[in-house]
Amino acid sequence: MTTRIGIEVSIAVADAVQLCNADVVAAYPITPQTHIVEHLAELVANGELDAEYIPVESEHSAMSACLGSAATGARTFTATSSQGLVLMDEVLFVASGMRLPIVMAVANRALSSPLSIWGDHSDVMSVRDTGWIQIFVENGQQAVDNTICAFRIAEDNRVLLPTMIHLDGFNLTHVIEPIIMPEESEVAKFLPPNKFPLPLNPDKPVAMGSFAAPGIFIEAKWAQEQNMKASKKVIMEVWNEFYKAFGRQYLPVEKYKSDGAKVLILTMGSFSETASVAVDELIDEGKDVGQVRLRLWRPFPFDEFRQAVKDADVLVVLDRAVSVGGPAGPVASEVKSALYNLAKKPKVVSFIAGLGGRDITVKGFKDIITKGIEIARTGSKNEYEIYGVRE
Amino acid sequence: MAKSEGEMTWKDLEIGCIVTEPGSARKYQSGTWRSQRPTYNFNRCIKCGLCSIFCPEGCIGQNKEGNFEADLYYCKGCGICAKECWTKVITMVEEEEK
Ligand code: SF4
Ligand code: SF4
Repeated sequence: MTTRIGIEVSIAVADAVQLCNADVVAAYPITPQTHIVEHLAELVANGELDAEYIPVESEHSAMSACLGSAATGARTFTATSSQGLVLMDEVLFVASGMRLPIVMAVANRALSSPLSIWGDHSDVMSVRDTGWIQIFVENGQQAVDNTICAFRIAEDNRVLLPTMIHLDGFNLTHVIEPIIMPEESEVAKFLPPNKFPLPLNPDKPVAMGSFAAPGIFIEAKWAQEQNMKASKKVIMEVWNEFYKAFGRQYLPVEKYKSDGAKVLILTMGSFSETASVAVDELIDEGKDVGQVRLRLWRPFPFDEFRQAVKDADVLVVLDRAVSVGGPAGPVASEVKSALYNLAKKPKVVSFIAGLGGRDITVKGFKDIITKGIEIARTGSKNEYEIYGVRE
Repeated sequence: MAKSEGEMTWKDLEIGCIVTEPGSARKYQSGTWRSQRPTYNFNRCIKCGLCSIFCPEGCIGQNKEGNFEADLYYCKGCGICAKECWTKVITMVEEEEK
């Protein structure tokens, strides 16, 4: 029997890792990820999760320990946030290049300075090109479900890529939500044992993370790119299997009342649900609007995205990170380049808001969408708009 | 690694470039980097082996006369052996010179 319980999302994510029977957790605590790894430490200490918990001295070490662990074929989990994520940066590239199936929850938080412990997506955007599969979740249930899916995706021998689950710091990590926790037996059926094809093994020695001369480096990078592209098929297969087993469906691009709508708002993460309410209210007021949410950030779902926005005239994109001095918010930049060569495409209006924990209310989203429609019509001298700054 | 580096396509690489063949670095021809090459006056060689200890490529071994000599497939021409040899057996010469 599956049960629906009221539980803090961080605790639920840790419990999901337990359900997946992780072998190794190497992590360093950082707000707002702390409850995830604290609870995992507790589970290991109490003997409720038969895993090795490696308390390291930094996030750089956490990810390095994860490399070693995943290289032996152990199911490996870590979690971090913000400054911790950027401290890991160097090793993130190594994990993906070495094709090690590590799963990491990232409690999204602003980057210093000024110092902020609150949520935005500047940490995510700084690790965009690290070669990890990246999935956004919007609520606690999605965080639990996608943690389970992430292990199956990452460890699939056709994929073998590290995978990040992005959940908004505080807005998700620290709230108590009703969540259906799957049964251990169901998860065991869904998630096969990790079988890394060439693990570290004294009886069959291999060298990992070795040097590549110019004569082979570009081939190695291209292999990585091909592999990342091919992973999308498996990601969709895993989500489909998950749907069959647990009844909850996930897609690379998810749509809300967007079919046929002339104005779309594109969001990622927990603010998406607020934006949905704003869309409902605008529809009630007679506006022709809908919403598109990016769940899969890497590999970028080009086909699904283009399909989802093909009939729209205006696409308002919300970014919760700034590319200082750049052309737009990082998501809007990607979206623009995904659309640029199409003959028929919506006008993209880039909005930056919700930085460093600043809330965007339903009214805020309504303002953003309304202003976006106006800007699409009149044009603007700005590369992007910032919403909510006191002038 | 059945194919040489120059023949390998991206499809030939093991996942994550894992090297499954022990000692495969032996195929790597660092000798192509060389602009200078060691030449020898073995009359002065006392066969102490010091040059082979200092060689960063580890490419100096004993020839059939027992003298220490570089394997030019690997020798990158750094000249360390020439500097370290106390009896001045080794002279570095430009590759173009005979
Ligand atoms: S020149 Fe350098 S690489 Fe060549 S044999 Fe001497 S020490 Fe070794
Ligand atoms: S260091 Fe000089 S003397 Fe000693 S083995 Fe090498 S060449 Fe001969």
